[in-house]
Amino acid sequence: MPTKSTSNPTKATRPRRPAEVDISDTEQRPMGRKKIDLGEIDDLSILNEHGEVDGSLDPNLPDEELKKVHRAMVLTRKLDIRMLNMQRQGEMGTFAPGLGQEATQIGQVYALEQKDWFSPSYRSFGAQVWRGWPIEQLLLLWAGYFEGFGPPEGVNDMPFSIVIGSHVLPATGIAMGIRARGDDAVVVTNFGDGALSQGAVAEAFNFAAVYAAPVIFLLENNGWAISIPTEKQCTIRELARRGTGFGIPSIRVDGNDILAMIVANQEAVQRGRRGEGPTLIEAVTYRMSVHTTADDPKVYRKDDEVEQWKAKCPIVRFEKYLKNKGVLGDADFERIADECEKEVLTAREVFRKRAKAKPREVFDFMYEQLPPELQEQKREYFAKLDRKGVE
Amino acid sequence: MPQLNMVQSLNLALDQNMAADDRVCIMGEDIGVNGGVFRVTQNLLDKYGEKRVMDTPLAECGIVGTAVGMAVYGMRPVAEIQFSGFTMQAFDQIEQNMARLRNRSRNRYPISMVMRAPYGGGIRAVEHHSESREAYWAHTPGLKVVIPSGPRNARALLHASINDPDPVVFYEPKAVYRAFREEVPDEAESMEIGKAEVVREGSDITMIAYGAMMRPTMEAAEDLADLHSIDAEVIDLLTISPMDTETIVESVAKTGRCVIVHEGPRTCGIAAEIIARINEHAFEYLTAPVKRITGYDIHFPYFQVEQHYLPDPDTIVESVKEVVGWE
Ligand SMILES: Cc1ncc(C[n+]2csc(CCOP(=O)(O)OP(=O)(O)O)c2C)c(N)n1
Repeated sequence: MPTKSTSNPTKATRPRRPAEVDISDTEQRPMGRKKIDLGEIDDLSILNEHGEVDGSLDPNLPDEELKKVHRAMVLTRKLDIRMLNMQRQGEMGTFAPGLGQEATQIGQVYALEQKDWFSPSYRSFGAQVWRGWPIEQLLLLWAGYFEGFGPPEGVNDMPFSIVIGSHVLPATGIAMGIRARGDDAVVVTNFGDGALSQGAVAEAFNFAAVYAAPVIFLLENNGWAISIPTEKQCTIRELARRGTGFGIPSIRVDGNDILAMIVANQEAVQRGRRGEGPTLIEAVTYRMSVHTTADDPKVYRKDDEVEQWKAKCPIVRFEKYLKNKGVLGDADFERIADECEKEVLTAREVFRKRAKAKPREVFDFMYEQLPPELQEQKREYFAKLDRKGVE
Repeated sequence: MPQLNMVQSLNLALDQNMAADDRVCIMGEDIGVNGGVFRVTQNLLDKYGEKRVMDTPLAECGIVGTAVGMAVYGMRPVAEIQFSGFTMQAFDQIEQNMARLRNRSRNRYPISMVMRAPYGGGIRAVEHHSESREAYWAHTPGLKVVIPSGPRNARALLHASINDPDPVVFYEPKAVYRAFREEVPDEAESMEIGKAEVVREGSDITMIAYGAMMRPTMEAAEDLADLHSIDAEVIDLLTISPMDTETIVESVAKTGRCVIVHEGPRTCGIAAEIIARINEHAFEYLTAPVKRITGYDIHFPYFQVEQHYLPDPDTIVESVKEVVGWE
């Protein structure tokens, strides 16, 4: 073996990269047929649907942290229900509810700090609120006002992605930038079981592995991609196996178990910070609601499947845990639910004040400087608005 | 004759072609059990089974690429891309294989397939669901690009596209999907690809449009006649590529004036190509510069303001008046 420089202290723990493959190895390949180890995948569950906990795995978070997480999950649900209600009344455009995925949502961003990055897909408003997006802003963007899309000051997030899988490569690129700069931030990017079929996602896995980029691929396996059940989307059951095939440490987690999500997230974040590269977390959860408000699941799935998953509600089981631990009680749960509902309603008021169409802004932010021909088009467009008496 | 909307008439074309030719198969995201997110493929799974109605994995590049392979093997795939915005994922396969395999294989593998996709704005959709990027495909040698404007021509043109020996990009104006009904005959009906249609005769100016823009254009033509005594001839392009230069030139030679309406961005758009052809073949007949009423060179805006971005009858009327009044 030729000796290699050991100046990089993190090298020993980094995944093997092509440049480190010893090409001077001329040993004869032994004949015969033997099994190849495809890499191990843990399946992690800490808090089951009955609220029972595996004490040996419990991260034993401080009470204050547990309360924070619980509140975030309840707020996510309240917001979800309110948005659906607003959509049905014509106040909101088509949107994608996240009902039942609250633990997956909050768990995937729990361990992130301000310096870290988050690049979500569209079913992520719970996580976005946790990251610091004001609720009214999310309402604005789902109601078709473009000002809603700009990441708030101080929040290192990408606007959520609607084109399936297209954001996963840029997220990986951010992580490559972090690595190139020698920083210790990490990136979380989420996508669904359907997105896993996109070539771009496979490319992202490979780039992340090759460059040991500190990116956490949060695969939300919620059972469905519109009308296509996961078992028709691909033929493997444990989607985390996709990660190990690319040389990415991968784990399968009960996505309705907030404790397991937090543990997996913390481990992945630490691995990223140590320079050990990407992690794939498959969160097994369930899309309880419609795909989007334009969708009718009755056409393609059975109600009893949904009923079965109701019993696995991430909030109900966490509340049992909190109660058993003596952290919160029934009266607290009621109070918190009320507070969250009020918070959402207050945000809705702010949204209603700000929900003004601004047709004159459509030429904004096309370029650093609007080229002359676009300035001309803008004048033409403004003249059209003037003629129509539009502000 | 039954009164059908465009969703139903497209379904009819698929159904009849699948019944008539067992090489015809359809593939795409959510087209089977769900019948397509717009219900264009409803009931076809029950009728023709999983081998011919394929709910695919969520991968547009995969859909188009494998459709090309199935066409090589002699099938006649009709691939659905759920929204035209997501044809971008398939750009590679459209450009490198769908459009050029006939040529690359020295005619051994003609690619007889259709890529269908709903396009255009006006349905209050989220980002990436309102684009009109037909110009990309018109710019790609080897493809045909067809855009119907109503239930009846949609059915006939889809029929023609499925039976065409070349690859066809078939863009469906989703704003028209359920907007109105037309009589559509029961028996299979076809229309020639590459032929535009004069849908309103007139003598003062030629108005050219296609797809969802036919409705505001026709409305403008009626307003022009009623309120401004301008008698417009209106051409429904129907096929974007190969373009029916003859019909355009004939009309412009008669009227001496022309406006073109499309919702896609202006630069290198379809109107630019039409103007070039008029310049090449009808320059001497022009009595005024040709004008285009198009989308702007910006990203399609969010839905609260999309109605201002899209060409509307008023704007079209104003533009026509300018052209007619030009001295
Ligand atoms: C590239 C692309 N193709 C198709 C769509 C239409 N579409 C929106 S969501 C969706 C299913 C996504 O399923 P999955 O990735 O599992 O995520 P989930 O919605 O279940 O969270 C599809 C096909 C899209 N938005 N982008």
